[in-house]
Amino acid sequence: MTQREREGYPGRAVYVVDGNRAPFLKVRNRPGPFAAADLAVAAGRPLLARQPFEPPELDEVILGCVMPSADEANIGRIAALRLGCGLRVPGWTVQRNCASGMQSLDCAARGIAEGRSDLILAGGVEVMSRAPVLLSDAMVAWLGAWRGARGIGRRAQALARLRPRHFRVIIGLLRGLTDPVVGLSMGQTAENLAYRFGITREAMDRFALESHRRLAEARDTGRLAGEVEPIFDTRGRCYDADDGVRRDTDLDKLARLRPVFDRPFGNVTAGNSAQITDGATWLLLASEDAVRRHRLPVLGRIVDCHWAALDPAQMGLGPVHAGTPLLERHGLALQDIDYWEINEAFAAQVLACLAAWEDADYCRTELGLKDALGPLDPARINVDGGAVALGHPVGATGARLVLHVLRVLEREGARRGIATLCIGGGQGGAMLVERDAE
Amino acid sequence: MAEESKGVHWYTETDADGIVWLHLDKADSTTNVLSAEVLGELRDLLGEIESRTPRGLVIVSDKPNGFIAGADISEFTRFTDTGDARRAIRAGQGIMDRIESLPFPTVAMIHGFCLGGGLELALACRYRVAEDEPGTRLGLPEVLLGIHPGFGGTVRTVRTVGAPAGMDLMLSGRTLSARAARRVGLIDHAAPRRHLRTAARSLILNPPAVQRPPWSARAAGHALLRPWLARYLRRKVAAKVPKEHYPAPYALIELWERHAGEPRRMIEAEADSAARLLLTRTASNLVRVFFLRERLKAAGRVDGHDPRHVHVVGGGIMGGDIAAWCALQGLRVTVQETDRDNLGRAVARAHELYRKRLKRRRLIQAAMDRLIPDLRGDGAAHADVVIEAIFEDVEAKSALFRDLVPRMKPDALLATNTSGIPLETLAQTLEAPERLVGLHFFNPVAKMLLVEVVSGPRTAPEVTARAAAFAHRIDRLPLPVKSAPGFLINRILMPYLLEAVTLESEGVPGAWIDRAAVRFGMPMGPIELADTVGLDVCLSVAGILAERLGGEVPERLRELVAAGRLGRKSGRGFYEYPKGKPVKPQPDKARTPPGDLTDRLILPMLDEAVACLRERIVEDPDLVDAGMVFATGFAPFRGGPIEYIREQGVDALIRRLQRLEQTHGARFAPDPGWSALEP
Repeated sequence: MTQREREGYPGRAVYVVDGNRAPFLKVRNRPGPFAAADLAVAAGRPLLARQPFEPPELDEVILGCVMPSADEANIGRIAALRLGCGLRVPGWTVQRNCASGMQSLDCAARGIAEGRSDLILAGGVEVMSRAPVLLSDAMVAWLGAWRGARGIGRRAQALARLRPRHFRVIIGLLRGLTDPVVGLSMGQTAENLAYRFGITREAMDRFALESHRRLAEARDTGRLAGEVEPIFDTRGRCYDADDGVRRDTDLDKLARLRPVFDRPFGNVTAGNSAQITDGATWLLLASEDAVRRHRLPVLGRIVDCHWAALDPAQMGLGPVHAGTPLLERHGLALQDIDYWEINEAFAAQVLACLAAWEDADYCRTELGLKDALGPLDPARINVDGGAVALGHPVGATGARLVLHVLRVLEREGARRGIATLCIGGGQGGAMLVERDAE
Repeated sequence: MAEESKGVHWYTETDADGIVWLHLDKADSTTNVLSAEVLGELRDLLGEIESRTPRGLVIVSDKPNGFIAGADISEFTRFTDTGDARRAIRAGQGIMDRIESLPFPTVAMIHGFCLGGGLELALACRYRVAEDEPGTRLGLPEVLLGIHPGFGGTVRTVRTVGAPAGMDLMLSGRTLSARAARRVGLIDHAAPRRHLRTAARSLILNPPAVQRPPWSARAAGHALLRPWLARYLRRKVAAKVPKEHYPAPYALIELWERHAGEPRRMIEAEADSAARLLLTRTASNLVRVFFLRERLKAAGRVDGHDPRHVHVVGGGIMGGDIAAWCALQGLRVTVQETDRDNLGRAVARAHELYRKRLKRRRLIQAAMDRLIPDLRGDGAAHADVVIEAIFEDVEAKSALFRDLVPRMKPDALLATNTSGIPLETLAQTLEAPERLVGLHFFNPVAKMLLVEVVSGPRTAPEVTARAAAFAHRIDRLPLPVKSAPGFLINRILMPYLLEAVTLESEGVPGAWIDRAAVRFGMPMGPIELADTVGLDVCLSVAGILAERLGGEVPERLRELVAAGRLGRKSGRGFYEYPKGKPVKPQPDKARTPPGDLTDRLILPMLDEAVACLRERIVEDPDLVDAGMVFATGFAPFRGGPIEYIREQGVDALIRRLQRLEQTHGARFAPDPGWSALEP
């Protein structure tokens, strides 16, 4: 069990012993039933309840989250306290945009490898339905003046200065999904990739349809059991399944959707993009000591993680840039990985990643390889669907990908998996996990 | 530094500013109460303090649990005539007057309980500050003991907060948080612990004007408006309790109405009125009930067991509500239930309860976080207490125990909420039968104070004690009972309910039956109660009892259940419930209720209580009374069924039972246990 790979985290082995996520709930144009901290607590409680140890025995809690609400500062600590970890378990929050949930696992894995911690609850959460709606700077300035205005006369003057433009609000979510440096929306970066690799609208829609089909099948055959526990809101409603999956869609319907980012000529639609969703995922990471002390089952090992950066306007190729060095470092080829989870931010973007790996020119100029890395069998990628059907709660996704690829390895009796995703702002993250051969 | 005084219960400290801090630390007690001795010592000390002419006086308690919990209730019973009582009350009033007339600023610095006489003392001070923490409760609960404030509280409360708020406080007996007390003007400052002393000192060093109620509240007490307000208050009280059973609130209203304009007269009249009330049967019975409650609480005060996690199996009405209650009391709770709809309903009901009880968003959230829906029963392995609350079926329960016990911590408490199955039957399949104990809750859990702690013949005494301690931990009153059909409460209640059904089927209108019981002092009539409990539940419990103890189940009950009329929950039972409230058809005015109606309802209950005592279902008569008062609301002013028997006389009741036996049949034959009662 202790044998170490050639490279990876220096120090002790890092085990994943269990994990759970809340059902991913599609945003329906109003604040969802759970705040981010609520969702993190709802997903964490059943996970902790089935452990042989008590929550205060955790060494720390790390939570990835891109946009906690104003009253959820350091949401990681909030989650730790509300999960009953007691006063003495530190909790913190990490943010690397779409990879925040994977960043928290990377931080936890390092903590364990270095010997600082033995037992860590790490994961990610995002409640995109409650992204803030902001006041304009003009309005904020006006409010300041109003507060300073004393007496009826001054107040009347202040009121007279109020204009309709003051009431224009800023949708925080749209700002968050727009690159602040190059000024492109995430969807436009996907359009860039589709153009560069010649990915057609039909290919994107086919990919999206398959994602829905796979998720529906996974759910129907009970493959998600043990990974998703039902949660309850305060009104007693039970949420027991990812509700973004569309069983009724087909290529015709997908083809009729209008492009949302590059109107009217683009190809990226709501149907072939990740859904806007609320979700939370937790994994429990342990050192060998902790595994032995609490007699924990081992789901797998986190072997290594790699972060890479690239042009923000091409951010969708992040998995290629992060995954390639990770493979190289361990002397692995694409086909040595039994199962892949490549986040489906956009169908075009996943297809572009596959195309890039097959493109000798891209591999040479961008990745410094001698030749193309080669084709990747679609049957090994996102076998149970992805964010197109499931949604992409940005802070939670990274952790979901890792948890799910481990579950797939367990189910298939396979050995190696990689979870990887692209990151807004022009980055990529990839995490290599392993199970011991059975 | 001035000369300090030191008594048995009180002592003083003088600080650099010349403020005297008068500490109360009642000897040999964890709680400060104003016993005759404590008051006597205070009287003597006040003279000494006054002669020192300090800058000011702060009265403070050294007890962690609070300021002063009130008068010494155990002294209430020592008065045998109104003259004695009046003298003692006048003496107390004199001390309060003395505090009030001290020529320097006085402050009561309050934390925790400040009740009854304790608040009256605080009101005699010029200022009051209270600690702004959840444990702080201020109130005048005398009315709950059948009296009203007697140390000048009736005068000073109204003077401080005005008649509407003041009368409400005294008539309801409810207690206020520090913040609520500040809002009505009962105290000058609600301050966090860290600033409490500073607040008290600042009131003395820079004394502000004394608090007065707003003009609107003062106007309401004006002589011209007083009769109107008095009439309104009487109507409000009458809607809750009748004058013949609970004279105190009516006496309080009269006292205020007649004397509010003349404080000196009112103080004297207050003493007369309080002394009269103190010697009423109602007051002595309510005091008795107070001590019964203390006794049950004491049974639960066992050290060395501090449960943190409760696992409740079964998320139905009972299981869900038990779980919600435990989480409200600060425990982490898992509710095991496979039906998601049930579990969802339990969560929603819990949220409702927390919204009502906790009000503040963060507290509600914390309670909801402690209540964990558990579809797979993972919580059992963490629990210190496991409570089984699934449907009443021996096979199902045994199967559950087989699954549950191996997963439980070896020292966890294993309890069942069964209301009908004998513990010995359930314990049979257990490897360690001494482990099983009953914790029988009543519906609705959040309202019913009592929990029957049921011991089977093999239950270990240590387990029973821990179960009682657990009940105490979740703020319920544990009543230790023996495992026997119906335990204590349902068994005593059932003959009363069944006789009511028989009466109804004989053609006596339900409205009459219910009214007779309510007039006797039951909180709800038996017909309405049966509908509320659910007729199917009544039928099943009655069946179990009839099978084991004899007796008959009225045909009418079977018919109604067969017709799907299950009571309130199905919208129809004996009554119709169009909007959740019973519609009771008004009986023909020309008819009169049968003369023996009340006896036919109440006497079977008394007879069964006697039978339970004979079979030693509980240890002694007081526990029968405690159980019936706290679980069913049996007329508290009557002190409980056994106390009522004592009052009425054993022989007289036996004769009344025998008369009923002659006219209505053998079910009224007096139990052999009557002969063992003291006449």
